[in-house]
Amino acid sequence: MLEVRNLFKTYEGKPLLNDISFSVAEEETICLLGASGSGKSSLLRMIAGLESPDSGSISFNGLDLASTPPHLRDFGLVFQDYALFPHLNVNDNVAFGLRMRRLEQDEITQRVAASLKLVNLEGFEKRYVTDLSGGEQQRVGVARALAVRPRLLMLDEPLGALDRSLREGLLNELRSILHRTKIPAIYVTHDQEEAFTIADRVLILHDGNIIREGPPTDVWAHPESAYVAEFLGLGNVIEGTVLAKNKFQTDHGIFSVRCSHKHSKGDKVHLLARPLSVMSRVAKSSKGERSVLRLRASQPSLRHPLRTKTKLVEERRPSAINRLSGAVADILLQRDQYKVTFENGLYVYLDEAPKPGEKLSVKVKVECLA
Amino acid sequence: MDPGVDGSCVEVEMETGKQGNKETRRQGILGSLSTYIPVSLYTSRTLLWLLPISYLAILFFFPLSKILSLTFNLETLTTENLRTTYHVLRFTVYQAALSTLLTLILGLPSAVLFARYDFRGKPILRALTAVPFMLPTVIVAAAFNALLGSQGLLNSIFPLTSFPFTGTLFAILVAHVFYNTTIIIRIVGAALSNLDPKLEHAARSLGADSFRVWWNVTLPLLRPFILAATLLVFLFDFTSFGVVLLLGGSQFSTLEVEIYFQAVRQLNLPLAALLAVIQLVCTLTVSMIYSRLVSRTAMQLTPRSSLIKPKTLKQKFFVTALCLLLTAFFALPLSSLPIRSLFRLEADRGQRGDVRYGFTTDYYTELFVNRRDSVFYVPPIQAAVNSLSYASATVILSLIFGFPAAFALAKPTRLDKILDPLIMLPLGSSTVMLGLGFIITYGKWLTSPLLVPFAHTLIALPFVIRALQPAIAAIPERLRQAASSLDASPFEVWKNIDFPILRRATLAAAAFAFTISLGEFGATLLISRPEYPTIPVAIERFLSQPGGLNYGQAMAMASILMAVTVISILLIEKFRLPNAGEL
Repeated sequence: MLEVRNLFKTYEGKPLLNDISFSVAEEETICLLGASGSGKSSLLRMIAGLESPDSGSISFNGLDLASTPPHLRDFGLVFQDYALFPHLNVNDNVAFGLRMRRLEQDEITQRVAASLKLVNLEGFEKRYVTDLSGGEQQRVGVARALAVRPRLLMLDEPLGALDRSLREGLLNELRSILHRTKIPAIYVTHDQEEAFTIADRVLILHDGNIIREGPPTDVWAHPESAYVAEFLGLGNVIEGTVLAKNKFQTDHGIFSVRCSHKHSKGDKVHLLARPLSVMSRVAKSSKGERSVLRLRASQPSLRHPLRTKTKLVEERRPSAINRLSGAVADILLQRDQYKVTFENGLYVYLDEAPKPGEKLSVKVKVECLA
Repeated sequence: MDPGVDGSCVEVEMETGKQGNKETRRQGILGSLSTYIPVSLYTSRTLLWLLPISYLAILFFFPLSKILSLTFNLETLTTENLRTTYHVLRFTVYQAALSTLLTLILGLPSAVLFARYDFRGKPILRALTAVPFMLPTVIVAAAFNALLGSQGLLNSIFPLTSFPFTGTLFAILVAHVFYNTTIIIRIVGAALSNLDPKLEHAARSLGADSFRVWWNVTLPLLRPFILAATLLVFLFDFTSFGVVLLLGGSQFSTLEVEIYFQAVRQLNLPLAALLAVIQLVCTLTVSMIYSRLVSRTAMQLTPRSSLIKPKTLKQKFFVTALCLLLTAFFALPLSSLPIRSLFRLEADRGQRGDVRYGFTTDYYTELFVNRRDSVFYVPPIQAAVNSLSYASATVILSLIFGFPAAFALAKPTRLDKILDPLIMLPLGSSTVMLGLGFIITYGKWLTSPLLVPFAHTLIALPFVIRALQPAIAAIPERLRQAASSLDASPFEVWKNIDFPILRRATLAAAAFAFTISLGEFGATLLISRPEYPTIPVAIERFLSQPGGLNYGQAMAMASILMAVTVISILLIEKFRLPNAGEL
């Protein structure tokens, strides 16, 4: 369906997009994930035809869109700050695209009602958009874009201006709307949780390049670069040097990692220590007593792919490798787990809160990022 | 204390008491101030207002009441007078509406040009379009005369064309467009560049082509701003005096011009008063609609639209053509004025035979000569001396009367908020009407040149107050307290805190008063004595006399005034605080 090939764009002399190629298949939702300023909104505007690339092509169903003006592309847009027409009421906002297409009044009325029903805003027709809450405004924005039955829906940080509590609800609604309408969609966000919830495929944009692409679970399991691991907040990224095959020297000790990359001795590599995959922990109390515990990581939950449940089990033979250790500097309750940060900046998630200042040594799952 | 004032004081106290924390704190500060000054707060407020209000009462409201009593009188309200009034009013509205329409036709595309496009020389072109608005009307009239008048550059260089300009309705309209286009550019352009570009993006993605985006989204959102700008332009065109008098000639009579004719030429003061009242009612109505409109259009301050460089052929054509048109329209008249003042293009009166055409400084040197057959009893340059003295006197007077009002308005109580529009009222009434009020009320003192700076002060006062007030309000009490806590004496606090901040604002206010006085034409024409002409009055008299020498001297005089005004404007721009002095 949508095919973007070798797109280049510079902005004020600096490269903004650098050889971007990707495609969106039928009924597929892809997610462009990237920090602000990574050029993702600009990319959307180019696909919409509101900006033109320096070079490269954008085509839909095999037809090059270069000469197609934005109003003939039939792509829906949903904006972060809604961009509702303030001089029109809800009905006229949603009907705008239908009127531009010069549809019959009966059909317009019917499709406006259907669109509003889709976003759970039945009966809001006569309301003024300026009187609505943020969440309601964005529903109108979505209804307006969907009413024209676009060939492609593009959502530019649609939940960015909403409260956390509203965000989750609307995110799930968007997900089911996209699922039901089967409209291919490009969803732009900087929030990885949103991306992983809604996307069939995730594209991570960094410095004008797509540096990782794949289904969410795949990207989560194999970030493949230090930037992706850090951007997604997958855990502690530790610099290391190759000592021997599967052995790495770091500032935090020696790590033994099964690694399929080809390294030679002395190579600099990045390791990822997942704070949630806590294998075991050894707590050293001030009196020097040692209580040995063992933790077993369970499978990541579907709903929160980044979070796992751990069970505390007594550890019989504490080994010295693959351990993050240090004095506890900070303990933060996040949802139902404690984020424990050591004085050296490393962190893990635990089910039980340790004491501040307590010396802790935690065995974690470590992987090599290359 | 007078019971009325006492009553309102109690109200003020209740008002401040009702409001939240901030109000209470302010009261605390004022309270602590009044312990330093051994008078109660409200008495000192009254004292602040005493000077400016009594000034207005004597020089504005009392003359206004005289005009009103002269108007509502059976001898004044005759069928003949009413018929004249009707005809004059009709023409005034007609020419103002036509001028406004033409201004919109040039102004709206220009607003789009400045709000949407990025091109070389943009700041200069924008400044160029704004210059006329700040120039005295006589200069604008003289400038167009220098370019298109019967003795102007165009007709002198191409004598065969003999393009009639002065004395036509066209001349009035063109000068009005020249004057007011910048208002449209400013108001509509600002609104346009504050418009969220995403709204247009949304409309385009929903299937609207660029025309329908403009028609269905941009235009409806701009409508209140276009309406506000239109009303303001209409107001200026409606009350325009100098342009109509100097370019239109006697056959075109707007209310302003007719008031002048009736008062000075026909000595028919009752009819002049009737016209003035009609004029006042009209301007106040339009102003009221305007301010209501403005108060309802909230505007974001950060520009959100990004500027684009013209790319497509259509855009390039639009930008180039409009830039050329604007440059020609604004630069040609302004530059013709000094050029025409330096070139002899026709014979002087009585001169035959050996006339040398071409470059000359005669028109300037002639200003210093007192000729017997000239228009004046004094060397024309005396007009410049008079203007400068009047302007200096106006600066002093308007600062004396403006400072107390500005101090009161910097931290306004409810009483101050009621008095504020009273202070601004002279703005709404025309300068010719102010002059008429002076004639009717203080006619017997008209022989004195002193009346002129008093009239100028009346006109300058609102501008001076608006320039001072934000500066005074901007001095945070915390600064003074911080300085005192650092062991600064009250004098040192004043010297190091108040004075440096106020000095700039005072200079800006002074420059405002100076510029206004220099260029003031309407009131001055009515009340100045023939032997004490000001520069604008002298220009008018030179222009109304035949002969190349008189014309040349008008050009020379107008060039001098233009130079002085431009310098004053630059000084104002340099010294005024951002947003201060805008009315």
